[in-house]
Amino acid sequence: MKLENINKEYDREVLRVDSLELNKGLIYGIIGPSGAGKSTLLRIINLLTSPSQGAYYFHGQPILKSSRELINLQRKMGLVFQKTLLFSDSVWNNVAYGLKARGCCREEINDRVGLLLDQVGLSDLAKRRADTLSGGEAQRVAIARSVAYDPELLLLDEPTANLDPYNIELIEEMIATLNREKDITVVIVTHNVFQARRIADKVIFIDKGEIVEMGSAEKIFTDPEYEKTRLYVEGKVIS
Amino acid sequence: MLDLLDGLIEAFSLIIALDPDLIQIVFLSLRVSLTAIIVSTLLAVPLGTLLGLKPEKKTRLFNKIIFTFMGMPPVVGGLIIYLLLSRMGPFGVLGLLYSPSAMIIAQVFLATPIITGLTMVGIRAKGSAVEETARSLGAGSYLAAWTVVREARFAILGAVITGFGRVIAEVGAVMLVGGNIAGRTRVMTTAIVLETRKGNFELAIGLGVILLLLSFIINSVLYNIQKGGKSN
Repeated sequence: MKLENINKEYDREVLRVDSLELNKGLIYGIIGPSGAGKSTLLRIINLLTSPSQGAYYFHGQPILKSSRELINLQRKMGLVFQKTLLFSDSVWNNVAYGLKARGCCREEINDRVGLLLDQVGLSDLAKRRADTLSGGEAQRVAIARSVAYDPELLLLDEPTANLDPYNIELIEEMIATLNREKDITVVIVTHNVFQARRIADKVIFIDKGEIVEMGSAEKIFTDPEYEKTRLYVEGKVIS
Repeated sequence: MLDLLDGLIEAFSLIIALDPDLIQIVFLSLRVSLTAIIVSTLLAVPLGTLLGLKPEKKTRLFNKIIFTFMGMPPVVGGLIIYLLLSRMGPFGVLGLLYSPSAMIIAQVFLATPIITGLTMVGIRAKGSAVEETARSLGAGSYLAAWTVVREARFAILGAVITGFGRVIAEVGAVMLVGGNIAGRTRVMTTAIVLETRKGNFELAIGLGVILLLLSFIINSVLYNIQKGGKSN
């Protein structure tokens, strides 16, 4: 996916991206202070929020803004929100939701959901109501739900916020496995720079609605181009 | 106290005797109120969902109108329907005045704003988040809207229970547009008014007890559905 000259304004400009290209099979970490525009960027990538102006390209093709095309493109992506919302239904039906939305047959749904729940270690909870799960279990279900239909791009907004170290490790492993085995491109928004360093191939640093720097995780964390990036990744106050 | 006791005895004797007039009144009450609540639900739930999913600042005027109509005195609602259905009114040609249909229309007019308003509030609580989640998972507009309704089903059921409570207990509007005609448009509430005016307090109390019992049974069923869904 490629975004060009994207800009989003509410009562003021909250995001401006001159150019951003996401290449297949990589894990991107978006870091930056609160209110920098990280979640807005993720929502724009997912087409949930329309930019005030700018153009999208997917596999090199420009995306028109017809609702049919937007839905088709949205169906190639999975998004896990910062505040996980699972439907008040069983774990199984939550994971099956995206497949049902795509009109998959019952056998395919059963096969895929069963396999996924097995992979994320939640087979025993398939019949449990989703609103009775713990935070870590709920987040694993949310990720399983978003990858059940094999998206090309998985977008994660603070997927491990408020989770204990055990669940953080489980989810990071899940993300790495999905990326490795299914070649899913992953974009993860995180406040945790250590997490970005652990799992991302490329890191995007955003501040005040603009991409300050983008590069390999190695470069961003050891030899950033900009002073602001260096201060942020070292955990210092940036002005 | 004695009147109340006599009323209770009268109520049970009427029920046990399966008094045909009473049965007719009870069935007409249920037919009118249940039909009205079904029609209201079909109108109000989509409207409340639509309004609940819109940003509040865009629906302010609608909100105020709906909340005003929610508190409208039934007799005023009845008067409006009366004027619309009377021979001189725009729908007088339909000849619906003093018929069960007119009573259903009046009750729909009263219940729709209540169910719409409460549905809207229920949807607004987390409707946008549900809609966004559904859309992010690939749902089209209809499936996303259906998912929002499904997620707000307990709030919507609560709205329907409240609307039903309003119409089953309502007397002013059905009296005006129905006319309280024996065997044709007499329902429990209008019969209670009539019997009280005639001084038949035992029968009036008896009818009141039956009305309360029916309301209790129907609300219990709806409440159990709501509660059952939440606790599963």
